[in-house]
Amino acid sequence: MELSGGKVLMEALKEEGVELIFGYPGGAVLHIYDALYQQNSVKHILVRHEQSATHAADGYARATGKPGVVLVTSGPGATNAVTGIATAFMDSVPMIVISGQVQSRFIGSDAFQEVDCVGITRPCVKHNFLVDSLENMAQTIKEAFHVATTGRPGPVVIDIPKDFTTPGITVPFDYSKTVEMRSYSPPTQGHPGQIRKAVDLILSAKKPMIYSGGGVVLGNASEQLRAFTRELGYPITQTLMGLGAYPASDKQFIGMLGMHGTYEANLAMHECDVLIAIGARFDDRVTGEVDSFCPNAKIVHVDIDPASISKNVTVDVPIVGDVALVLDAMLEQIRASERRADPADIASWWSQIKAWQATKCMEYELSDTLIKPQAVVEALWRETKGQAYITSDVGQHQMWAAQYYGFDEPNRWINSGGLGTMGFGLPAALGVALGKPDDTVACITGEASIQMCIQELSTCLQYGTPIKIINLNNRYMGMVRQWQEFSYEKRYSHSYMDALPDFVKLAESYGHVGMNIENPADVESALAEAFAMKDRLVFMNFVTDQSENVYPMIEAGKGHHEMRLNPARELA
Amino acid sequence: MRHVISVLMENEAGALSRVAGLFSARGYNIESLTVAPTDDETLSRMTIVTTGTERVIEQIIKQLNKLVSVAKLSDLTEVPFIEREIMLVKVRAVDNGREETKRLCDIFRGKILDVTDASYVIELTGDDHKLSAFLDAIGSDNVIEVARSGATGIARGEKSLKV
Repeated sequence: MELSGGKVLMEALKEEGVELIFGYPGGAVLHIYDALYQQNSVKHILVRHEQSATHAADGYARATGKPGVVLVTSGPGATNAVTGIATAFMDSVPMIVISGQVQSRFIGSDAFQEVDCVGITRPCVKHNFLVDSLENMAQTIKEAFHVATTGRPGPVVIDIPKDFTTPGITVPFDYSKTVEMRSYSPPTQGHPGQIRKAVDLILSAKKPMIYSGGGVVLGNASEQLRAFTRELGYPITQTLMGLGAYPASDKQFIGMLGMHGTYEANLAMHECDVLIAIGARFDDRVTGEVDSFCPNAKIVHVDIDPASISKNVTVDVPIVGDVALVLDAMLEQIRASERRADPADIASWWSQIKAWQATKCMEYELSDTLIKPQAVVEALWRETKGQAYITSDVGQHQMWAAQYYGFDEPNRWINSGGLGTMGFGLPAALGVALGKPDDTVACITGEASIQMCIQELSTCLQYGTPIKIINLNNRYMGMVRQWQEFSYEKRYSHSYMDALPDFVKLAESYGHVGMNIENPADVESALAEAFAMKDRLVFMNFVTDQSENVYPMIEAGKGHHEMRLNPARELA
Repeated sequence: MRHVISVLMENEAGALSRVAGLFSARGYNIESLTVAPTDDETLSRMTIVTTGTERVIEQIIKQLNKLVSVAKLSDLTEVPFIEREIMLVKVRAVDNGREETKRLCDIFRGKILDVTDASYVIELTGDDHKLSAFLDAIGSDNVIEVARSGATGIARGEKSLKV
């Protein structure tokens, strides 16, 4: 089969099982868009801004587990995509970004819409390629998909000069089934000796703690994590990125840890004697001040990326490997062993944890007049029976979503944890809704974040994605305001959102349903009404209490044992 | 601690910038960096001289290994190894100093490559210490210009860095 470059790309995408791509046309990708027009296997979603194409592909990938695919033009198309690429990179999301490039003979001449895309994206991709000939294009695409989806996943950029996609210039198309890269071989099985050492340590613990992260979700190891944790009966905490891998409703789960983690999870981290870190990377938002991190613990760390091990915190028993395989291997050894941790030790550890739980750190004061954002998230959980796919933007609303929407399944909680990209939520929800058309999708956002990619309301109309937008509108960049309240003597420098649009009219002008909710008594009924509109996007503008803060909070430079609790709780 | 790391990587456009970009993005030191193709023309060999605590060096090695273009690497400092660097130095050579400079050059097993009434260009090969010692011996007043290649290195004995 002789094909032009544009058609090579389409055939390769088909071979990779790609059903959906997110993109925006332009000069350098016109040949590709022409090839796209002439086929039926790959469906294209036309976004309104390239940043959204990457976030939508990202949401799609996180919800479905399949790589998200993006198609953008050269120059501004590529630079607009960078924020979304960096977002996917920080959260290790498999993504392929195909960018057009000026004709190969013009590269380096400051041609129209030319940027060094490979150079600009290099620090925020797992790998990138500049296609060097039409002959090598299919192989390059094969390698790109392989790199993006194996090992620790990540975004891969393929930059394609326009002349390699010219109609009429063809090559024989042959897409290999396998890929050999001598310089790339991601780890799989953990080292048996290390696994033995880890199991010894785990079974000798008096105050053990399991700390699991996004790697469990990405590595499809949720079943293994559940079996492992239940077999041991140990307490488990999860990072922001790991929520849902272990069910929030289970008794052994003691809440999220870190900057806005629960009192009990953070104190258990501080007091534990054996820490079992699984697919987590000891991010600064999790560890707090590293010098006072888990001061009494021996640490086991399972991760597929050797560079994650002992990067921020030195660990005692590192195991490099696929989390699912390593958990299977550890569980097998534990089950085969007669040994168990002393039940009296574990029981007394649990009673200590229960004492911490009695603080009820997540309780908040309700009000008859002001809508509490936490109450909206809890009501959303009830309305959706905890089964929705939830995307979020970045800030207070993101933390409340993580804290109050108890995720019982993996892949349901989709947020920009690493890069913290405002504007992520709506386009990500678009991607999720397209990848999971039969499921309920809600975007929990704030009035500041939502405005960063709000133009995607148009895309949502075009493709009929019935997302429910939960806008927790407190007329502030809430998290900025909170930090200013705590650390800058309430000097609210530029954190106030003035001149807000009428969100109801805005939603309506985009062809959607808008709702304004100002009374706490209306929250439940409004949600019920909105979710009853199964085929409509509903923009719910909740006017919330401006003074509400996210608690608990570990401030900069503090350890897990130095949390700031809700003032109402401190008094209690 | 100073470490000499040898890296075999795919000989392709942009490979060098992946390594250089990694060092600048993560704030690692580079004392010197040399790169050239090997006997296998699809592979380049890079020698990086860097300094850092053991933890930083461990991260450097892991991060280098993580680069998709890197096929293999070795921290030469962990094994007996040979390190060499070439230096071309232009020195002032007038009057009595000409003889003295020639003698120093012989002692350090250097070669004079170019001669004028007032200067020599000397080629010298050795490790970092030897080259620095030569410059000290010549004296900074007499040094007109220095061009150093940066270090390259290889392990002693049977151990080899091959794909």
